[in-house]
Amino acid sequence: MSVNVHPRVDFAVIASLVKPGSRVLDVGCGDGELLELLQNTKDVDGRGVELSQKGVNESVARGLSVIQGDADSDLKYYPDGGFDYVILSQTLQATRNPKNVLTELLRIGEKAIVSFPNFGHWRVRTSLAINGRMPVTKDLPYSWYDTPNIHFCTINDFVDMTKEVGAEVESAVALNALGERLGFNMPWGFWNLFGQQAVFLLKR
Amino acid sequence: MTKISRPSAKKAQQSQEATNPHSPVVDFGADKPLHLDSGVSLSPFRIAYQSYGELNADKSNAILVCHALTGDQHVANVHPVTGKPGWWELLIGPGKPIDTDRYFVLCSNVLGGCLGSTGPASINPETGKAYALDLPIITIADMVRAQAMLIEHLGIKQLFAVIGGSMGGMQVLEWASSHSDKVFAAVAIATGARHSSQNIAFHEVGRQAVMADPDWKEGRYLEAGTVPRKGLSVARMAAHITYLSETALHNKFGRNLQDRQKLTFGFDADFQIESYLRHQGTTFVERFDPNSYLYMTRAMDYFDLAAEHGGRLADAFAGSKTRFCIVSFTSDWLFPTSESRMVAHALNAAGASVSFVEIESDRGHDSFLLDEPEMFSTITGFIRSAARAKGLLPS
Repeated sequence: MSVNVHPRVDFAVIASLVKPGSRVLDVGCGDGELLELLQNTKDVDGRGVELSQKGVNESVARGLSVIQGDADSDLKYYPDGGFDYVILSQTLQATRNPKNVLTELLRIGEKAIVSFPNFGHWRVRTSLAINGRMPVTKDLPYSWYDTPNIHFCTINDFVDMTKEVGAEVESAVALNALGERLGFNMPWGFWNLFGQQAVFLLKR
Repeated sequence: MTKISRPSAKKAQQSQEATNPHSPVVDFGADKPLHLDSGVSLSPFRIAYQSYGELNADKSNAILVCHALTGDQHVANVHPVTGKPGWWELLIGPGKPIDTDRYFVLCSNVLGGCLGSTGPASINPETGKAYALDLPIITIADMVRAQAMLIEHLGIKQLFAVIGGSMGGMQVLEWASSHSDKVFAAVAIATGARHSSQNIAFHEVGRQAVMADPDWKEGRYLEAGTVPRKGLSVARMAAHITYLSETALHNKFGRNLQDRQKLTFGFDADFQIESYLRHQGTTFVERFDPNSYLYMTRAMDYFDLAAEHGGRLADAFAGSKTRFCIVSFTSDWLFPTSESRMVAHALNAAGASVSFVEIESDRGHDSFLLDEPEMFSTITGFIRSAARAKGLLPS
């Protein structure tokens, strides 16, 4: 399930992390936009899993190999190391068991690319601290009661989880609201405050 | 005294099609026996087929259509017995999702069928009479073996695609499993990798209805000059219910009465649904051979692709380079989405390339034969991308 309705600023960053000609599984591939981008620009052998039937049907009509499935329950059907990269873009926060999903990504793929909205961003913090309200922003447009995003985390939280599952962070990028990369070499704490989205490249 | 059911003119025409069809045929002689799953060899045997479009110079644009239980090779032309349009003309033809201006489309009557390929109504060369139940049991894999021999006979090394729904979908999965190098792309619709207990149950009801008809004559009705009309008709009525859905039946018929204002307090077809089913039953008898119905249903019942591979379905597709497209329909309770999902998961586990689409439709199992725009867009997209990958279309 892709739950971000705005132009996907993380796609270009994700594409830059994928080596040409590799085997890619996009978990939560939505209507297949990223997979199509990767096929066209990186000549990947791409596959997708998508929860919404509408997304699956649109993807298949585009000529992509996509099946209807759930990141929480259906990744177990994939063999170990079947892909070079497994991508989870803007989907982690909508899974029931993010830690288990991350473990599965790294079982199936040599590498995993995970992008997610950073709940540590200063606007989110401000919304809670000043207004005492769950944040509803341009990028997180849902109210607390109808959001598919049930497991928000901050960049710092995510870094902790990568350690718990024994993943190594090969590289990471934080993006601001405009999709611009935040300064390299800044400490996690800086990214955690100013990054609106984060993209992590992990390996086993 | 029971009235004996004699063949009608149309029924006589169907019998004629079984032995002398309005289709090209290929006869495989004693030098090319077909080794059946039952352990016996069938020889000689005949396959009747229809084709549309032109085979290209390197014979790389062939699409094989596999027909369902009571279908036949007349997929996109007027039917020689019923006079009706081909059963998949919505999908196949010039400019259609399977474009006969671009592809060479082939459909053969399955082995055990009754429209020209060797089946129980064909003449057994050993006796000079119809095989009837002396024909060995035919399986889905046997049908596919016979098709593979036809393809070889036509000089086609690899099919660009194999496509089919229901029993046709079973053949697609069997093709992709046992002849994977000969299948570039596979489209399996409203089907499964096995026949469920419930489905076997419905088939058994149908077979028992046929065999309970005194005009069946232990299968020797052709010689007796009878037609087990009532038995086959009841079999078709029961089966037809499984092809629809409760919603579809309710929307189409509800509790509407047939040509009458009130109930007759008798056992006439008071309700439209009764009249409709009776019509389905009687028209089916005119175009189908009762023994062939027994063989076809048995073939589906015996199908269990996982069992052929040590119980692990993924092993049926190990190392497959075929591109798969699996399609199911929400209201199909004969081959529910769970059966298709099982196939998709097995293909994933085997590392195969697979698309899997469930299409929202309230028209039940028969949806695959109907005007379902989302199915057409799925197939169009899938075929187009496969054609690009095979170099049949510019990328």
